[in-house]
Amino acid sequence: MRSNQAVAAAGFQGKRELRLQRRKLLLRDLVRDRWMYLMLLPGVLYFIVFKYVPMYGVTMAFQDYKPYLGFFESPWVGFKHFERFFSETHFWTLFRNTIVLALYNLIFFFPLPIVLALMLNELRRERFKRFVQTLIYIPHFVSWVVVVGIFYMLFTTENGIVNELLYRLTGEKIAFLLEKDWFRTMIVSQTIWKEVGWGTVIFLAALAGVDMQQYEAARIDGANRWRQLWHITLPAIRSTIIILLILRLGNFLDSGFEQIFLMITPTNREVSEVFDTYVYTKGMTQAQYSYSAAVGLFKSFIGLILVLGSNWLAKRFGEEGVY
Amino acid sequence: MRQDRSWGNRLFDLLNHTVLFLVAIVCVLPFVYVLAVSFASPAEVARGGLILWPKQWSMVSYQYIFSSDTLPRSLLVSVYITVVGTLINLAFTSLMAYPLSKPRLRGRNPILLGVLITMLFSGGMIPTYFVVNGLNLTNTLWSLMIPSAISAFNLIVLKNFFQQIPDGLEDSAKIDGCNDLGVLLRIVLPLSLPAMATFGLFYAVAHWNTFFNAILYINDNEKWPIQVMLREIVILAQSRVGDSGFDETDVQPLTIRMAVIVFATVPILLVYPFLQKHFAKGVMLGSVKG
Repeated sequence: MRSNQAVAAAGFQGKRELRLQRRKLLLRDLVRDRWMYLMLLPGVLYFIVFKYVPMYGVTMAFQDYKPYLGFFESPWVGFKHFERFFSETHFWTLFRNTIVLALYNLIFFFPLPIVLALMLNELRRERFKRFVQTLIYIPHFVSWVVVVGIFYMLFTTENGIVNELLYRLTGEKIAFLLEKDWFRTMIVSQTIWKEVGWGTVIFLAALAGVDMQQYEAARIDGANRWRQLWHITLPAIRSTIIILLILRLGNFLDSGFEQIFLMITPTNREVSEVFDTYVYTKGMTQAQYSYSAAVGLFKSFIGLILVLGSNWLAKRFGEEGVY
Repeated sequence: MRQDRSWGNRLFDLLNHTVLFLVAIVCVLPFVYVLAVSFASPAEVARGGLILWPKQWSMVSYQYIFSSDTLPRSLLVSVYITVVGTLINLAFTSLMAYPLSKPRLRGRNPILLGVLITMLFSGGMIPTYFVVNGLNLTNTLWSLMIPSAISAFNLIVLKNFFQQIPDGLEDSAKIDGCNDLGVLLRIVLPLSLPAMATFGLFYAVAHWNTFFNAILYINDNEKWPIQVMLREIVILAQSRVGDSGFDETDVQPLTIRMAVIVFATVPILLVYPFLQKHFAKGVMLGSVKG
C-alpha cells in the first residue's frame, strides 16, 4: 500500500513537473514568436469584428432589434419572426423561385464548361487554342452591372439591336427585360455568357494532367477519338466534375444575388424575388431588421446543411472531400 | 501526336474549330458593339442597325459625360477604392498569412479553423450592416475597403504559398538579426512578388467591380463608385449626368449609356493581359492543399 502511495505521489509530482515544464515551453514559444503574434493581430481582429460579431449578430433574428439598443440590449421574442415567415404565402414563392433558378443553372449552365473544355482539348493548334481561351475568359472579369447593362442595351425595346432585328423579321417586339416569362431565360443566358469560358479553366487544368502516353497506347490498340474520349479523357476529369457538382449543390440557394438584384423589375417580381433579395427589401428598404435577419438565417442554415451534406456525399463516393 | 486523317476526323475538326471560333466571337462582340456605338455619331446611331465600326466618328457622348463632374467623380471614387483597397488587402492578407504558414506557431490550428468556419457560415447581410454601421463606417469609402480586407480563400492560398518557401533563407536572415516582420518584408515578400501581383490583380478587379456594398453602405451619391453610377444611368435610366448647359438634342441616350459602360469596363480590359498571365497559376495554387 505504502509503496503504491509513494509511487502515486511520485507520479503526481512527475505530472506536476511535466505541467510546469510544458508551461515554461509554452511561455518560451510565445516569447520567441512575439513578432508573429503581433503580425497576426490585425487579421484576427478583422475576422472577429467583421465575421464573428455579425455571426453573433444573427441572434437579432430572435429579438425585436432596435438599432439604438444593439445586439445585446434588444428584447428577445423567440421564434416570432420565423413563425411569421413560414406562415406567409410569400415563403413558398421565394422557395420556388430560388429552387427553379438553381435548377435552370444546373441543367443549362453546368454541363457547358465541360463540353467547351473537351472541345478545346481536341484542338491541336496551340495558337488557335490560346486565341479562343483569351477571348472567352474576358466576360468573367467584368462586373454584373456591366453584364446586365450590356444586356439591357441589346435587348431593350427602345432601339435595342435584338428587338430591332426581331422587328424587321417579324414585325413585333418582345419586352425581354420586363416580361416575367423571359426573366429566367435572361438570367441563365447572362450566366452562360459571363461564366462559361471561365468555367473551363478548372477542367483544362485537370485535362493537362493526363499522361499523353495513354492516348498513344489507346491508338495503338485501335481506339478512335470517341473511344479515347470515353475511356481516357472523361475518367480523367470525373473527380473534378463531381467536386464541382458538389460545390454547386452546397451553394444551391445562392442564386447570384447581384445579378438578380439588377434584373428585378416591378413587373417580374413574382418570379424574380429570391431569399437574398427579399432580405434586402425587407431589411434595408422597409427597416424590418429582425424579420429579414430571420429570413437570412434560415437561408444560411439550409445552405450550411447543404454544404456539409454534399461534402459527406462526396466522401461516400470515395472522392476527397472539399473541406 | 497525329490523328488519322479520315473524313470523320476532318469533319469533326472543322466543326470544332467553327463552333469554338463562334463562341469566342460571341464573348467579345457585345464589347465591340458597345465601344463602336459610344464613338458613333448621333445621326448614325439614330439610323439604327448593328454598328461594329462607326462610319462617322464622334466624341460627343464623351464630351457630354465630362460636361459635369458627376461621372468623373465616381470614376475617381472607383480609382481610389481600387488603389487604397488593394493595398489594404495585400497588407492584411500577407501579414496574417505569414505567421499561419509556420507549423511551429502555437494557436495556429484554432485560428485556421476559425478562418475556415467563416467560409462555411456568415452572419449575413443585415447583422453585418449593423456592425459596419456601429463602427460609423457607413457613408464613408472605408465601408467599401475595410469590411472586405481579407478574403479567407486568398488567405489560405497565400499561406500555402508561403509554406513552400524553404526555411533556410529565413533562418539566415534571423541569424543576421532580423525579426519575423523583417523576414517577411525583406525576404519572403520579395520572393513572392509574382504571387502578390496575382492576388493584387484579383483584389483590384473585385474593388473596381464593387457594386452591392456601395448600394448597402453608401447613401451619399457623391461617394458612389462607377458601378453604382452605371446602374443609375443604364439600367434605371435615371439621373442626367451631363451639365444642364449641354444641348441634349445633340446626343443620343443610347450612345451616352454605351460610353458609361465603356468607362466601367476599360480598366478591366487594360489589366486583362496581366491577369491572364497570372490566373492560371493562381488557380493551380488554389488546388494545393495545406
